[in-house]
Amino acid sequence: MTAANLEAMYQEIILDHYKNPHGKGLRDPFEAEVHHVNPTCGDEITLRVHVAGDKIEDISYDALGCSISQASASVLNDLVVGKTVDEAMVIHEEFLRLMQGKGQVEPDEDVLEDGIAFAGVAKFPARIKCALLSWMAWKDATAKTLAEEK
Amino acid sequence: MKGLLPDLDLVRKDFPILERTFDGGETPLVYLDSANTSQKPQIVIDTMVDHLERHNANIARAMHHLGAEATEAFEGARDIVARFLGAPERDEVIFTKNASEGLNLVANTVPLAAGEVVVTTEMEHHSNIVPWQIATQRTGATLKWFGLTDDGQLDLSNIDELITPATKIVALTWVSNMLGTVNPVAEIARKAHEVSALVVIDASQAAPVLPINLSAMPEEERPDFLVFTGHKVVGPTGIGVLWGRRAALEALPPFLGGGEMIATVTMEKSTYAPIPHKFEAGTPPIAEAVGLGAALEYLMHVGMENIHAHEQAITAYALERLASVPGVTVLGPADAAQRGGAISFELDGVHPHDVAQVLDSKGVAIRAGHHCAKPAHQRFGVQASNRMSSYLYTTPAEIDALVEGLEYVRSFFKLDQ
Repeated sequence: MTAANLEAMYQEIILDHYKNPHGKGLRDPFEAEVHHVNPTCGDEITLRVHVAGDKIEDISYDALGCSISQASASVLNDLVVGKTVDEAMVIHEEFLRLMQGKGQVEPDEDVLEDGIAFAGVAKFPARIKCALLSWMAWKDATAKTLAEEK
Repeated sequence: MKGLLPDLDLVRKDFPILERTFDGGETPLVYLDSANTSQKPQIVIDTMVDHLERHNANIARAMHHLGAEATEAFEGARDIVARFLGAPERDEVIFTKNASEGLNLVANTVPLAAGEVVVTTEMEHHSNIVPWQIATQRTGATLKWFGLTDDGQLDLSNIDELITPATKIVALTWVSNMLGTVNPVAEIARKAHEVSALVVIDASQAAPVLPINLSAMPEEERPDFLVFTGHKVVGPTGIGVLWGRRAALEALPPFLGGGEMIATVTMEKSTYAPIPHKFEAGTPPIAEAVGLGAALEYLMHVGMENIHAHEQAITAYALERLASVPGVTVLGPADAAQRGGAISFELDGVHPHDVAQVLDSKGVAIRAGHHCAKPAHQRFGVQASNRMSSYLYTTPAEIDALVEGLEYVRSFFKLDQ
C-alpha cells in the first residue's frame, strides 16, 4: 500500500471521529440492545436504539475496536439520529453500496456527509467489516425494535 | 550479534518471497508474521513441483511405477517427521490436515465420562480449547484450566487441585502463540502421569524453534500425544502431524472412517488397519506431506539448535528495541530465554489494526487481533494486540525496520501532540 492510499484511508475526518466519537456511551431509554462482534479481529459493539413513532430518537453504543470501526459508529450516530427509520435505511443502503463498491463507487455526499470519508477504506477488503460493524448492529437492533412493535 | 545464524544471508536467499517489494520496488518486505505462517524455502517449492510433475499418483494402492514412487515419497516423509521428532517409532506419526485436526482427533476419540476432568490452560490457542469444550459437553466431563501469572507464565500454584485421579487429559501448549511463553511441559507431564492422565502437547509454535527429541525424554515426562502443523515449519499448508505413543494411539477408536483406514469391510462391519493408517482415512494430502518432509530436512540441515539460538538472539534484540518505543508494552515474559519467537505488544493510543495497517504501508507485516487466543487476551485485559514473530530468516535490520515503523505510526496518529 502506498502512502497515498494510507492517507486516503485515514482521512482527517475519520481520525477526528475516532478521537472524539459522537454519541458514545449507553443510554436509556431504548427498545432494543444488540451485541455484535467481528470474529476475525475481535472488534465488539453493544448498541441500543430508541425509536419513538417512526423517528430514531437515539443510538447509543459502547464499542471496542480500531479507528475505522469507532469512527464509523460515530458517523452512524451523526447521520441517523433524528431521521425516520425509512430515511435511515436509505442512508444505510448508500453506506453499504459505498463499502461494497471496491473503491469504484462515487458516494453521494448529500446522503452520507462525513460518511464519504470511508471511500478509501472500501479499497481494503480486510477493513470493510470494521466500517460496517456498527451499521450492521444498528440494522439488527432496529429490526428487533420494529418486530417488537408489531 | 551472538547467536545469529552464521549464514543468515545464504539462508535468506533460500526463501524467494523475501525478495518481494511493494510500491514499484521502493518498499522491501519485512516479514514478521512467521508465527502465523512461515515462508517456504525454494527446496520445498521445488520438491512439491517435482513430485507433481514426475511422481504423482495415489498412494498405497496403485500397482504401477508412479504409484510406487508416490507411496515411497509419502512414507519417506513420515520417516523424516519421525526423525525430526525423535519419535520412538515411525508408525506413531499420523498425517493430519493441520494441528487443529490432530487435537480434534484426540478430543473426539478419547473416552471421557461424567466426573472425569480435562485440564487445559488459559494461554491456549482456540484450537486447544474449543475441541475440549465440545468433548466435555458431549460426555459430561468437566473442563478445568491453569490460570496465568501476571508475567505470562502458567500459574501452577493449584496444580494439585487440577491434576487429580479424576483428571484424564492434560492438554497444553509447549510455546504460547501470543505470550511466547515456553511452558514446563516435562514437569506437568510427570505430574499428569502420576495420576495416569494422558498428556496432549500442542507443539505448533514449539516445533519451528525448539529441538525436539521424544526418545530422549524420560518416559514419565514424554507426552502421550503431540501435534504440530506443516506451514509453520517452512512447509506447506494442508498438512499437519499427530504423533502419539503407540499404545495410546492403539487404544483410541478410529476418527474418520473411509478408504485406506480399514483391514476388511463387509456391509455389517469393518476391521481397521494398524496405525498410522487407521487414522488416515481417504486420500491424504500427498504432495503436501512430501513438501513437509523437504521442509523438515531443510530445518535439520540448518540445525534446530542453531535455529533456536538465532530465535533467542533476535527475540532478545526485539525486546530491547521495542522497550525504546514510547507507549509500547510487551505482553508475556520479559526474558528472551523463556520465550519463543512471538512477541505481542500494545502501542498506547493506537488500536492494533491501525498499527498493522500503517506498518504495512512500510512493508512491515505483523499480525493484529486476538491471535486466536481470546481468553489469554482477556486475562491481561486487552481486547487485541500487535504481534511480531521472527524466524530463522529474520535479521536484526528487520527489527530496526519494525521499530522505525512504530515511530512512524506514532507520528501518523499524532501521539505526541
